[in-house]
Amino acid sequence: MSIEDQVKSIIVEHLSVDPEQATSEASFVDDLGADSLDLAELVILFEQSFDIRIPPASARELRSVGSAIAYIQSTRAADPS
Amino acid sequence: MITPSSSARRVVVTGLGCISPLGLDAATTFAKLLEGVSAVAPITRFDTSAYDCRIAAQVEGFDVSPYVSSPKEARRIDTFAQFAIAAAHMALEHSGLDLATLDLERVGTLIGTGVGGLQVIEAQQKILLESGPRRVSPLLIPMFLGNLAAGHLAIRYGLKGPSLHVSTACATGTHAIGDAAHVIARGDADVMLAGGTEAGITPLLLAGFCSAKALSVRNGEPAAASRPFDLERDGFVMGEGAGVLVLEEEHHAQRRGATILAEVAGYGLTNDAHHITAPEARGDGGRRAMEMALRGASLAPVDIDYVNAHGTSTPLGDRAETTAIKHVFGAHATAKKLWISSTKSMIGHLLGAAGAVEAIVCVMSLVQGKVHPTLNQTCPDPECDLDYVANEARDRPIRATLSNSFGFGGQNACLLLRRYDA
Repeated sequence: MSIEDQVKSIIVEHLSVDPEQATSEASFVDDLGADSLDLAELVILFEQSFDIRIPPASARELRSVGSAIAYIQSTRAADPS
Repeated sequence: MITPSSSARRVVVTGLGCISPLGLDAATTFAKLLEGVSAVAPITRFDTSAYDCRIAAQVEGFDVSPYVSSPKEARRIDTFAQFAIAAAHMALEHSGLDLATLDLERVGTLIGTGVGGLQVIEAQQKILLESGPRRVSPLLIPMFLGNLAAGHLAIRYGLKGPSLHVSTACATGTHAIGDAAHVIARGDADVMLAGGTEAGITPLLLAGFCSAKALSVRNGEPAAASRPFDLERDGFVMGEGAGVLVLEEEHHAQRRGATILAEVAGYGLTNDAHHITAPEARGDGGRRAMEMALRGASLAPVDIDYVNAHGTSTPLGDRAETTAIKHVFGAHATAKKLWISSTKSMIGHLLGAAGAVEAIVCVMSLVQGKVHPTLNQTCPDPECDLDYVANEARDRPIRATLSNSFGFGGQNACLLLRRYDA
């Protein structure tokens, strides 16, 4: 599964939303009904699933499905271990 | 009657909701109690092979999904609060209240729990030790805090009135109902959702109770393990579940044509000031709680037909409670005119939910004129020689009931419920 698909799958499962809703443009808070606790949980899930560390300053920038995918893709490209 | 001020505001019960090891609603639970069915069985939640006690009364078949909007919402709520949400939903439905017509600032929530979200605490502690602090869930705290049962109900229904949580160990449920009645009586609310909830059958709590030698180890005969007042009792059996009652100011209930099930007429609360776990041998604190409840209701001991005992099946506790009941009731008890039974003989000890489910039992007894038995009465204890309604349910009109709950820490509560007469 591509990183994009994996990220979307985590979001769909965790936020209890339909897969069609998880478009790249979709905002976690405005479009997918997430609150601050959801965002904190998503960061932990991304860190676990992709074996990366997301510093708090970067975590705050992950506001949409697309931004999460882009961040994780770039982090993984920088450290493909 | 609970009337601290000169303007008497009486408090009545108009709705019942219950999740218990014997059923997922109040009617089923009470019917099974009347049949004398035990819910005690081997624990299936986790491996108990290293435990002295391997039995409990578990809630089976509970599914929170009808009561929440999504799997995400369910995942954010520990089991103890899920039980309360289900019980409150049923209690509100039973009451017939139309929340859309109410001033929701006059509707409050007082739900207690003894141990709160122990399930999430234990799971997250494991994550902390194995994976470090950055993996601990941000939901840990809003899941384990005991006050979140009341919090969830308030959010769900928009109830903006007084909201509290009490935690007095095994007396929690009774204190919650008594104190909620006081909130209404003193004029701070017209309706309260009140009760207790518990989901404490976890590896850690079971180990703690085992080490304290508090539990029955009759693992080979689970249904016979909880035997309050019987000579061969050897400790209590853990249970789980929730009870929620809709309490309402009398005229508020009358105006909307509600069916009034009972009146919360008296409430006593005391402390033994004696020991962190053991009861005072003569049941001094329990006696004073019963006397306070009677005084509050302006009733005499002979006016009480039924006592729902704390009756945990511990050697010391049942003897102390019997002594206390004799002291309060005298010949009314020793001549066996007073019926006494222990719900815990069938559903185990629901800890913080026990008093709430047992208050529901009292209301059902008042309404139906039926008293459930104390199961497993085979070998009478000479020191427990009152009428415990042994093994078989009985019928008779019940005018008024006491419900006793005594907690670790010496905290005692007694609720007096009676048939409502306008």
